[in-house]
Amino acid sequence: MSRQTDSQSTTKTRPVPPTLSVITEGSPLSFVNPDGTLTADGEAHGIDIELTRGLYREMLLARTLDREALSLQRQGELNLWLMCLGQEAAQIGSVAALLPSDMIFPSYREHAVALYRGVTPAELLVQWRGLAHSGWDPRKYNLQMAALVLGTHTLHATGYAVGARMEQTDEVVAAYFGDGATSQGDVNEAFNWASAGSLPVLFICQNNQWAISTPTSVQSGGQIFRRAAAFGMPTWFVDGNDVLAVHAATTAAAAHIRLNGGPALIEAETYRMAGHSSSDDPTRYRSDEELESWARRDPLTRIEKLLRLMETPESFFAELDESAERLGAEVRDACRNLEPTELADLFGNVYAEPHDSLEAERRSYQESARALAGVNR
Amino acid sequence: MSTMSLVGALNAGLRKSMADDDRVILMGEDIGTLGGVFRVTAGLREEFGADRVVDTPLAESGIVGTAIGLALRGYRPVCEIQFDGFVYPAFDQIVSQLAKFRARSGGRVSLPIVIRIPVGGGIGAVEHHSESNESYFAHTAGLRVVSCATPDDAFHMIQQAIQSDDPVIFYEPKRRYWDKGEVLDQSDRNLHEARVLREGSDCTLVAHGPTVATALAAALAAAEDGFSVGVVDLRTISPLDLSTLEEQTMTSGRVVVVHEASTFLGIGAEIAAAISESCFYSLRSPVLRVGAFNMPYPPAKVEDAFLPSVDRVLAAVDHAMNY
Repeated sequence: MSRQTDSQSTTKTRPVPPTLSVITEGSPLSFVNPDGTLTADGEAHGIDIELTRGLYREMLLARTLDREALSLQRQGELNLWLMCLGQEAAQIGSVAALLPSDMIFPSYREHAVALYRGVTPAELLVQWRGLAHSGWDPRKYNLQMAALVLGTHTLHATGYAVGARMEQTDEVVAAYFGDGATSQGDVNEAFNWASAGSLPVLFICQNNQWAISTPTSVQSGGQIFRRAAAFGMPTWFVDGNDVLAVHAATTAAAAHIRLNGGPALIEAETYRMAGHSSSDDPTRYRSDEELESWARRDPLTRIEKLLRLMETPESFFAELDESAERLGAEVRDACRNLEPTELADLFGNVYAEPHDSLEAERRSYQESARALAGVNR
Repeated sequence: MSTMSLVGALNAGLRKSMADDDRVILMGEDIGTLGGVFRVTAGLREEFGADRVVDTPLAESGIVGTAIGLALRGYRPVCEIQFDGFVYPAFDQIVSQLAKFRARSGGRVSLPIVIRIPVGGGIGAVEHHSESNESYFAHTAGLRVVSCATPDDAFHMIQQAIQSDDPVIFYEPKRRYWDKGEVLDQSDRNLHEARVLREGSDCTLVAHGPTVATALAAALAAAEDGFSVGVVDLRTISPLDLSTLEEQTMTSGRVVVVHEASTFLGIGAEIAAAISESCFYSLRSPVLRVGAFNMPYPPAKVEDAFLPSVDRVLAAVDHAMNY
């Protein structure tokens, strides 16, 4: 299965429509209502049926991966999993609007982004099975390692964009982060730095309402997208559960960056439908009513309804179900077939050039391992 | 060969690295137009342009964080932290990001970044401008930590640090910035090699950066009293050049480590432990340490009493001789 091929079919260049000028007031941009009908903005923008099918397909596959991975965690096959359930539209809508050559700096929940960029299930799961700290070559997918110390990678993205500007490329460098990370100094330093240097950084904030147990109302005193004005950035505030609106906003933001050079901020309002991680119990801090209200705004359901309203043939859904089933099997097999890691192999990863004291420790470890093996024999 | 101040030697070394490799980019606060508060980068912006000698926003985490992004693109950034005490806002970017990046990436991604830090006291400065924080970074796997003491080493070591594919914390002894010395055109010394400045059969002083001159002065004073005291300039803190230290210990049997950082969990503690492990039967006294007290750096008027002085070093040598 080649996800990269799928992505190319959904990234055709589109003109920036007039409805997508910078949005800094009012409610988030939305194209598709939860019942699958179009909003006025959606009507005005128009719907590209092929694009919609492609995005729906990617969201469904991402959800499949997420469900399988959580299930593997529950079976003891993964040490931990950080679910992206509910955030598929925010992730797929945005990544599909970038070019494959645009470098992405993700946080740890961007599995849909990774899958879209072609990262294999084995490369994705190796970290969460406790075998490595990261699983893929960032250069292969133009997708960096996931940042776990929140917000730190927004500065890496900004530095990467310094190089892009110096080399006069038309790259956009995207950084994904959440509402919690916006409280970090690094994120605010990155906003300022990118703006001061007029750097091509697209800051994509998925506001999923919760930072583990801390709601956005406790996290910050104002709406996140409104900060952009103070930093001198254009911003787009978008319904993060509406993949078409996210795609359109990201297309507009990326086009703005390529044309004008400076950074931009997208706030995609979404919801973390599952716990923070497989170790979390969200019933301790949020209500069933809240969860149900967001379940009614599910990003996949509304697009499925839209596709059915647009008379998508049943064969499309049937084929997609088969693809999802194949992916599920692939995820399970990939997980169980991951090669074990030996501690001895890790000594060589720390430094690029020889480091005498670590080399001495490696020899000592190997000698003691051999001696212990002798004793146990 | 020419005579230069340590600042001049650093400037010349940076200039050479930038001329040799256009991926080398300098970045820091006030390093461009001003040339840095200590003028280490003076004139470089005029020569290499504002894209390669970058005046950054006042944000240390941003300096190191964006340097990481540049290194991911193939550049070789050299960051200036204006003063030792200002590095802590960048601590996470250095310790959790820069240091661990290669290991986290499974060895796929190396980050050739140098972080220059003017270090230590003795210049009558206000608080946060006189600290010695090498232990924090030496304790962090993934970083290399070096400390230059002379113009010649400053000139060659900064170039070697820039050529390293690993992150290097590069300490510059700010109270020796204006000391002059001979700078050779070539160096056959590796970046991670200690240097024996003086052989001694009674005792070996081990120092780095600003305390190398203190140790040399103490060794000369001891010689007047008839003691043969050697001096080793560590130059490298991570990795430590233990084989040179072991050789000197075998000769003298007594070791006194001198550094400006507090002795508690300082580099001297590591050296004492390592030498005890490898040279136990050669030791004629315990390894002793002369360093700062375990208190925040004091106000300038009392820093002379706080810093390791020739007298305190000599007292430690006496203690070792009479043990």
